[in-house]
Amino acid sequence: MHRFAALFEALDRTASTSAKRDAMAAYFAGAPAEDAAWAVYVLGGGKLKRTATSTEMRAALGAETGYAEWLIDDSYSHVGDLAETIALMLPRDDATGGSDTPLHVWMEARLPSLARLESAERIDALREWWRDLPASQVFLVNKLLTGSLRVGVSHRLVVQAIAQWTALPTDLIAHRLSGTWKPSAAAFRALAEAERPDEHAGERPYPFFLASPLEHGVETLGPVTDWVAEWKWDGIRAQLMRRGDDAILWSRGEERLDGRFPELENAANVLPAGCVIDGEILAWAPGEAHPMPFAALQKRIGKHKPGPKLLADTPVRLMAYDLLEYDGQDLRDTPLHARRARLEALLAGHAPTFMLSPPVAATTWADLATTRAQSRERRTEGLMLKRLDSPYRVGRKRGDWWKWKVDPYTIDAVLLYAQPGHGRRSGLFTDYTFGVWDGDTLVPVAKAYSGLDDTEIGKLDRWIRAHTIDRFGPVRSVQPTHVFELAFEAIQASGRHKAGVAVRFPRILRWRTDLAINDADHLDELRRLASG
Amino acid sequence: MDSDLLLPRPQGLYCPAGDFYIDPMQPVARAVVTHAHGDHARAGSALYHVAAAGVALMQERLGATATIRAYDYGERFTLGDTTLSLHPSGHVLGAAQVRIEGRGKVAVVSGDYKRDPDPTCVPFEPVPCDIFVTESTFGLPIYRWPPMAEVIDGMMAWWNECREKGVPAVLFCYALGKAQRVLAELATRTERTVYLHGAMVRLVEAYREAGIRMVPTQPVSDEARGRDFAGELILAPPSAAGSPWMKRFSKASTGFASGWMQVRGARRRRGYDRGFIVSDHADWRGLVRSVEDCGAKRIYVTHGDGEALIRYLRERGHHARALRSLGEMPDVRASEEGD
Repeated sequence: MHRFAALFEALDRTASTSAKRDAMAAYFAGAPAEDAAWAVYVLGGGKLKRTATSTEMRAALGAETGYAEWLIDDSYSHVGDLAETIALMLPRDDATGGSDTPLHVWMEARLPSLARLESAERIDALREWWRDLPASQVFLVNKLLTGSLRVGVSHRLVVQAIAQWTALPTDLIAHRLSGTWKPSAAAFRALAEAERPDEHAGERPYPFFLASPLEHGVETLGPVTDWVAEWKWDGIRAQLMRRGDDAILWSRGEERLDGRFPELENAANVLPAGCVIDGEILAWAPGEAHPMPFAALQKRIGKHKPGPKLLADTPVRLMAYDLLEYDGQDLRDTPLHARRARLEALLAGHAPTFMLSPPVAATTWADLATTRAQSRERRTEGLMLKRLDSPYRVGRKRGDWWKWKVDPYTIDAVLLYAQPGHGRRSGLFTDYTFGVWDGDTLVPVAKAYSGLDDTEIGKLDRWIRAHTIDRFGPVRSVQPTHVFELAFEAIQASGRHKAGVAVRFPRILRWRTDLAINDADHLDELRRLASG
Repeated sequence: MDSDLLLPRPQGLYCPAGDFYIDPMQPVARAVVTHAHGDHARAGSALYHVAAAGVALMQERLGATATIRAYDYGERFTLGDTTLSLHPSGHVLGAAQVRIEGRGKVAVVSGDYKRDPDPTCVPFEPVPCDIFVTESTFGLPIYRWPPMAEVIDGMMAWWNECREKGVPAVLFCYALGKAQRVLAELATRTERTVYLHGAMVRLVEAYREAGIRMVPTQPVSDEARGRDFAGELILAPPSAAGSPWMKRFSKASTGFASGWMQVRGARRRRGYDRGFIVSDHADWRGLVRSVEDCGAKRIYVTHGDGEALIRYLRERGHHARALRSLGEMPDVRASEEGD
C-alpha cells in the first residue's frame, strides 16, 4: 500500500485541483490494475461495508494506549475524525512497518475479514494491524475502515484523472463509472478501452445532467421563447431504464432502487424496451392536485420492501423530465425539444404513474415570475429553466439548465447548543442548534452547519468556549445571547421533533448582531407556516 | 493558602507577598515578564524584571524607554517578602520560568515552555517546587511532536520540490521564536539564503547578535521590484497570508509551521499546501513530564482548554486545578492561538 499511501499524501498536500488530477493520473498509469481499481473506487467516494464499530475501534485504542475512555472521547471530539485520532494517539514506533500489504488485499480480504470475527477478536486484529503499520498507513487503513477518504477529491476529478490517463473523453469515463461500478483489475483495464458503439445499452445509468442555481436576472437568458420552464419538483431525482424485460430505477446518487417503488417497476413493463427516462419520484395521492410533502416520500425511501399499507397510504408516481434513450438509441445529443416531444408521445396514456412534467406557459419573463410565486402552494421549490435546444449533458454544466428557486423562508432564532465540527472544521464549534420562543422558553427548532465565514466561526467559537453553561458529551449549551437569521426551504409538522415542526435544509443567512434574544421568532409563527 | 503566593486578578497573575504581577495584561507598578511574545510582554508598566538573555527582544517589544532589570538564569533577587529567580523555559530566546520563594513555599510559574531541543535557546530546567503553574496550549495526547530532524527533512524536500517546479516557497510562522528556530535548524542542512518579511528582520538580527547561528537571510524589501522569487524560501508571519504583500510570489506553494498542523482538519481549514509540525510549546508528554519533574503538590493549569490535562493529572493523584478557578483572571488565549 506504500504506493497508494504516497498518492494519498500527494493529494492531501496540495490544494491545487490540477496537481491532484496529475497525481492521480500518474498513479493510474503506473499502479497495478488490481490496486488502481480500488483507488478509483475509494477516491470516487466509494466505501466498504463497515466491519468494525466506532466503539470497537475506541476500545482497541484504549487497550493499546492505556488512555481512559473519556480522554479518547475528548481527543476525538477535538480532532473530529476517529481514524486520525487513533493514528495520533497510538505509540509511535519510528521503525517503518515491515511488510507492505497491497491495497486490494486490504479491501478484498483483510478489512472484510473482520466481519467474521467476534467483537473481542476484532479488537485484537485491529491492534495487531496498527502495531505492524507505519503511522501514515494506520490513518489510511482506519479511514478505509470507517468510511470515505475525504481528501479534497470529487468523483468528477477522479473521472478527469482517468480521462487524462486514458486520453478518452471525460463524459465516456463518467458513464463507464456510473451506477455500481465494481472494482477489479478487469474493470479498471476496461476503463481504458476504446469506445464501443453499443456501450450505453448496459444496466449502468447515464450520468445525470444537473442544473445550476440561477444567480443573475432571468432576463439575461435571452428570449423566453428559447426556454421551457417546468416546476422544480421536490422528490427523488431518478432514472428509469428499460432493459430487456426488466425495469431498473437508479437514484441520482447512482444507487439502484430495486424493490422500493414496485408500482413504478411494474408499470414500466408497458414501456418499450431500450428506453431511458429521467424524472422525479413524487409521493402523490390519486386525484390530488398537488404532491404530498417530501416527508411523506421519506417514509418510502427508507423501505426496501414497502408493505401494502405504506403503498396505499403513500403512492408514488414518476414526473418525467427527459428521454435519454429510445429504441436503444442514445438521444442525449438531440435537442431537448425533440427529446420532450418523443417523451410526450411515449407517455401518452400512462398517467398518472408516468407523467410528462408539464411546461409552465409564459410569453414573457414577467409572466413567468408571476407564476413562480405560486411555487409554494403547488408544493414545488420554484421553476426549472431549460434551453429548448440543449443536449443532455453530463454533470453540473452551467448555461443550459437553471434552477430558479423561490426565496427561502427565514426566521430569527437563538443559538442554544454547539458541538465541534468534523474534517476541515474539526476542533471548532461549528455545528449549532437554534431555538425560538414557545411562551417564555426557547425550544430547539433547527440545526445548521453552514452560512458563517471563517472570521465569524472563529469569533463564535471563542464566545462559545467562554459562555458554556453545561456539557453533554461533545455538546455544549450556551447562554442564550446571539440571534441568527436562518433560511430553510420547507417546514412541516412533525411528531418526531420536540418543537412539533421540522424544517428542511436550514442554514444560517447572517448573524443578527442587531437583535436581542427577545426579538427572536415564536414557535406559533412556525406552526402557522407548517400548516399553510 | 496558595493565594499568599499567587492570586489571579483582572490585571494578571499577582503575587501579594511580593507585590508584583507576572505577565500583566494591564500597566502595573512591578512586572515580571516571562518572555517577549505579545500576549505576555505588554508595554506601559513602570518596572519590568526579565531574564538577561531576552533583554534585547524585550526592549524591542516594550519600547526603548521601558525600565527593565535583567537577571541571569538562576540569579536570586528580592521583591517584597519574596525571593525570585528566573530559569530557562526553553520556549524562545530569553524565555523564563519564574521561581518565587516566600511564606515558606516555592511556586514556579512556567510561562510558555517546551521540552524539545531548540538551538536558539537554553533548554527547559525542571525546578523543584510546591506549586507549579503550567500552560496547556496543546493539552491533549494527540499532540506529540515529531523529531525536529524529520520535520526539517520534510521542509528541505518541500523547498527542493519548489525549486524544481520553479515556484516560490512561502513558509508562514511566528516572527519571534519560530522563525529563528527554523532558520537555525535549516543551517544544519544548507547555506542557501532565506528571504524575510519585514516584520521578522529586526528580530532575526537580535538573535544573530545573541550568537545564534542561522542560514543567511535577506529582507524581501531589499530586492528589486519585479525580482523573481522562483525556487526561493520566504518566511512570513501568518498575518501576511492572503495580504497584498503575497502578490510578489505568484504561484507560490505555501506552508505553515505550527503545532496546530498536527491535526489534518486544522491544516485543511487554513488552506496551506503544507503543514509542518513545529511548536515552541510542550506537547502532551512534555506537559505531563514537566508536572512530574517539578514534584509540585499543587498544579494550576492555564492557557488553552486545560480540562483534559487537569482531569488526567487528577486521575494520576495530582492536585490540579484551573488557574482561573483561584480568582478573576481572563485567559489571554482562546483556542488555536499560541503556537
